[in-house]
Amino acid sequence: MAKMSLEQLRKLREEKKQDLTRREVEGKEIQIIVGMGTCGIAAGAKETFDAVVKAVEEKGLGEQVIIRQTGCMGLCYVEPTVEVVKPGMPTVIYGKMTKDVAKDLVAKHLVEGKLLDDHIFDRPAADIMKK
Amino acid sequence: MHYALCDYVLDIVQNAVEAGARNVGIEFAESGESTSVSVSDDGRGMTAEERERALDPFYSDGTKHRRRKVGLGLPFLAQAAAQAGGSWSVESRKGEGTTVAFRFPKGNVDCPPTGDVPGLFLAALSLPGGHEMAIRRVRAAAGGGSSAYELRRSELSEALGGLERASSLALLRDYLESQEED
Repeated sequence: MAKMSLEQLRKLREEKKQDLTRREVEGKEIQIIVGMGTCGIAAGAKETFDAVVKAVEEKGLGEQVIIRQTGCMGLCYVEPTVEVVKPGMPTVIYGKMTKDVAKDLVAKHLVEGKLLDDHIFDRPAADIMKK
Repeated sequence: MHYALCDYVLDIVQNAVEAGARNVGIEFAESGESTSVSVSDDGRGMTAEERERALDPFYSDGTKHRRRKVGLGLPFLAQAAAQAGGSWSVESRKGEGTTVAFRFPKGNVDCPPTGDVPGLFLAALSLPGGHEMAIRRVRAAAGGGSSAYELRRSELSEALGGLERASSLALLRDYLESQEED
């Protein structure tokens, strides 16, 4: 890959925006928030963040998904932690979200609309989880 | 403990952003013999007493988590540097900002691996907030000497229309990987 210039980056962004207009994703925006405190970083949250970015893009959801970082969510014992806010689904904080599981998160929660039961550590309440 | 040097850097950069900095500067320099990093910010800074406390793993100022009793970012770095025969420093002035610098010798068996540098810059640049971040990366060039490139958060954010949308972050990742090419 040759070194990219800022101008090339700007152009690529414009091309992407034209692929999918904002109107199509309005109200369907999904938020993914990765816990990036010391505990998260020590457990591989940086790799998880990277894996989420790649997997979302591979599934063609790049314009629809916002990916943010936050500090420790208080669940240090199950880092890396990731919160997912998707319209029409309960807001969930997932734990033990290593880079490999992060790919499943995108495929199941975002694409199929199914929860990853074994990784839910906060919200929704226990009676919602299929166990 | 963190796995890679990049993880230590991200932890320190997060501290800088959380300290309310308007400007964060990162210099990440690698030679054949060592890796030297400095992270400077113009955030709230620390008094000499607070600086000493920040190096105590069993102290946290309690602003992030009310009942938390540990703060491991700087203690991790100090321990890893001491173990690997490296060096570190924390200079801070209350109300003016903080500079954390460290150096690891690559030849030491306890020196952590460098880690994923584009991944570090991706995570650092997309930390939330309205601050500016300037990154200078220096590497040993293939034919001898060194090569360098610079990144500025405001320029990248303007080119990509923000640094939160997954499609923008994926493009930023490609851009950062391309900067590592000779």
